[in-house]
Amino acid sequence: MNAVVATLDADFCASSVPAKRRPVLELYGLRKSFGAVEILKGIDLVVREGEMVFIIGSSGSGKSTLLRCCNRLEEPSDGAVIVEGVNILRHGVDLNQVRRRIGMVFQSFNLYPHMTARQNVTLALRKVANRGRAEADAIAKRMLARVGLADRVDFYPNALSGGQQQRVAIARTLALEPSIVLFDEPTSALDPELVNSVLSVMRMLRNEGMTMVVVSHEMRFARDAADRIVFMFEGQIVEQGPPPEIFGAPQHPRLREFLSSVAGA
Amino acid sequence: MEGFASNFLNWSVAQDYMSELMAGMAMTLKLAIVVNICGLVAGTVLALIRSLRVGILSALVVLFADVVRALPPLMLMIVAYFGLPFLGLKLNGFAVASIVLAAILASFTEELLWAGLAAIAQGQMMRYVVLPQAFRMILAPLTSRIIATTKNTALASVVAVPELLSQANTAQGYSGNASPLTVASIGYLIILLPMVIVARRLERLGKPA
Amino acid sequence: MNGFVDAFLNAAVLTRVWPLLLSGFGTTIILSVIVVPAGLVVGLWVALLQTVPWRPVRWSMVVYTDLFRAFPPLVLLIYVYYGLPFFGINTNALWSVVMALTLNTSAYFGEVFRAGIESIPRGQIQAARATGLSAGQTTAYVVLPQAIRNLLPDLTSNVLETIKLTSLASVVTLPELLRAARLAQGNTANATPLIAAALIYLVCLWPLVRLTSRFERRLLAARA
Repeated sequence: MNAVVATLDADFCASSVPAKRRPVLELYGLRKSFGAVEILKGIDLVVREGEMVFIIGSSGSGKSTLLRCCNRLEEPSDGAVIVEGVNILRHGVDLNQVRRRIGMVFQSFNLYPHMTARQNVTLALRKVANRGRAEADAIAKRMLARVGLADRVDFYPNALSGGQQQRVAIARTLALEPSIVLFDEPTSALDPELVNSVLSVMRMLRNEGMTMVVVSHEMRFARDAADRIVFMFEGQIVEQGPPPEIFGAPQHPRLREFLSSVAGA
Repeated sequence: MEGFASNFLNWSVAQDYMSELMAGMAMTLKLAIVVNICGLVAGTVLALIRSLRVGILSALVVLFADVVRALPPLMLMIVAYFGLPFLGLKLNGFAVASIVLAAILASFTEELLWAGLAAIAQGQMMRYVVLPQAFRMILAPLTSRIIATTKNTALASVVAVPELLSQANTAQGYSGNASPLTVASIGYLIILLPMVIVARRLERLGKPA
Repeated sequence: MNGFVDAFLNAAVLTRVWPLLLSGFGTTIILSVIVVPAGLVVGLWVALLQTVPWRPVRWSMVVYTDLFRAFPPLVLLIYVYYGLPFFGINTNALWSVVMALTLNTSAYFGEVFRAGIESIPRGQIQAARATGLSAGQTTAYVVLPQAIRNLLPDLTSNVLETIKLTSLASVVTLPELLRAARLAQGNTANATPLIAAALIYLVCLWPLVRLTSRFERRLLAARA
């Protein structure tokens, strides 16, 4: 499954080959430098509808930066980021509306502490999606129920466990009906007992057909749930493939090194 | 704009009165140093008195600090300057200004220090040990108060102390030109801007990570 | 003792000067009611402008803040009062005072707001932007509601300082409370008006002083 490097007319909508599902996220030649240091050295990646792509690699390989370039929380230095056929790096793109289509879940949850779970979910619904109060409330309740927190709707974040907070964060993102959800080390800040509650929500999303890109160290989860594993080293994609290939028969020496160092996989 | 320049930015007029203005600046610095030192020391003493937890003494300290902080500095200075003679006390302007400004700084210092000591909250025996720690805690707001005290030396012009503003006002009266005031403003900025910049740095250091 | 009462607590003098003091008090209130909100609004803008991505804008706000925190308000007041006419702005003493005091207090309020805004973790701002909220919406719904709660102590102490600052207007003969008291004291050769004015200030501002002390203590206790 090689990503194809192509020069595209920025607004050209990639027509889907009937046998393959349509691409939701396409990265071509993505580069990012911070000052003199180049973190991403030309990334090409295509994520198709319904896929769960897992990105692994040691810290400093640029995984988080890659994720943040996808919704322009970091501004790429070069390359193209195409979401549902639209290059979001072009001038004149309504970034706020584009970001509705791209969900993001952070390592440190980032809930708004002065709002209840419900209000955390409804804020963007009302201000970005322009839903009315009653409609937004109904959607929020549904989303929170979906992640298993129907009975915590009016709790403040400081009354919720880490796992529950992360699930609220997931509900917050799902409420906007994104086409793809990016997970930036969603369980790294959680106590081990709470990790599973979040992973099971992610598994549920996957089974419902949500397109997901996950940066994480949860190797067992990757082996079970991912459609494709992408291994990054020093700002480049060095090897990728389905879990049996990556875990069973790793080709690249760096990947082998990495897998043996995370022996708990 | 030309009118402004000839009236406010007239270098020759400024030069005419430069020696008086310099004397004024020296007086301002003298007042500022005296007042700041006395105020800080007095404030520390008041906080220590309060830490003795003798009911009546603490109440007096709190009363003093509250009254002094509730009244505008200018008001305090005028009450002291014009009111004290009625009590038979004739103090010159410098004395009145010093006492008033020192008292104000002492009040703020006492309140800040007390809040710091209470936050550290050891037993009474420890208070001398934790004093430096408490000072470090309150360094940022305390610096801000020292700056305010230094700025308030300008109020002494109202009670006939020949400091910088007063000299500038006099020069302005004689010359009919406001350029001495401009020089005075620059003089104040020379003294105070460095303090403000240092305070900004201190604020940054004091921030929790 | 009798001499003391005569000189400082003279009921006859008080009844005579009371109307003057009251009118002065009214002016003080008017000044406060104009300057405090003006300072808050300008200060908020000074703080917000320090969050934009353009360095010249941020730096000019830093310069503004440092300049008006270092400039003694009395000197600034006199400067504005005498200087404005040269720019063709012929206004009465009240507006010179308002302008000078607003410049001064907005610098202080600006710092208070800036500290509050900076105290909000960046992660929350990123999360808000990632859900599609604009910078303005993020500031209004996520940053400010939390920031204001954090800065209430500093805000109250600065409001207190601003109200006290209005007494400076007496120097440019604006008939606020202190000036009224001085005039009355001069006219009656008696210190009672000064005491009366002091009591008025005390009654109005003491509650704020107590409030500020309580906030300060709570804040330091939380940080310790």
